[in-house]
Amino acid sequence: MTIREIRKILAAALLTDGKHQNVTIHSACGSDMMSDVLAFAKNQPVLLTGLINPQVVRTAEMMDIRCIVFVRGKKPEADLVRLAQACGIELLSTSFRMYTACGLLYSHGLLEGPVPNE
Amino acid sequence: MNEVLLLHYEIRGGDFIHAGESSGHVKNILKRLGFHPNLIRRTAIAMYEGEINMVIHAGGGTADVKITPEQIEIRLADHGPGIKNLDLAMREGYSTASDSVRELGFGAGMGLPNMKKYADDLKIRTAVGKGTTVSILTKVSRNQG
Repeated sequence: MTIREIRKILAAALLTDGKHQNVTIHSACGSDMMSDVLAFAKNQPVLLTGLINPQVVRTAEMMDIRCIVFVRGKKPEADLVRLAQACGIELLSTSFRMYTACGLLYSHGLLEGPVPNE
Repeated sequence: MNEVLLLHYEIRGGDFIHAGESSGHVKNILKRLGFHPNLIRRTAIAMYEGEINMVIHAGGGTADVKITPEQIEIRLADHGPGIKNLDLAMREGYSTASDSVRELGFGAGMGLPNMKKYADDLKIRTAVGKGTTVSILTKVSRNQG
């Protein structure tokens, strides 16, 4: 599934320049706890979160996450958007709540990735 | 690369806007040098957790990174309050972080366990009232994960 398809499924607004929308995503995770993302996230996932502070982007950068979806219609400050663009991370904002947004992506075939062995 | 690359960073305490910049910089350098993606990620996450800890708990500190063709050594040093009970701090779920830190998505008690998980060697020297030094080693020879 591409980021462009995720955007369509979640009826999401694109907050970044959209240069990487054709990147293919194989798994996703949803969390408001960045420590858990750092512990358990898989290879190149989408991160769905309700947090809009810069550490969300920093966490995504460390984990090679290519797309962050802000749920509940949240929109971050311009500085965060610039940081994400600099890191090559696409930002989406959907009005769906976390549970629904995750469910929609899951039902369209975007599953959780394999559990890492470390 | 054949030579040794040394990097130094000053990390400001309580600065949650710039926290993680040093780890991001190291990650980009490792990418440019062509290290294995898994090694890069392990190193970046372990350093980032340490950097965040210094910003949250220690009032900032310094990070010194030594990159060689075989391994990456990261030394994070602070003059913060130190860790009272290191065994407890190493347990998943134990945290002394404030509610304001939890609102940022941290303080789940995963920082030190994550560092241990991603590093090939982790050494922590701490003294209450004096500070903490965390030494993280990641090795090129462990390519997987």
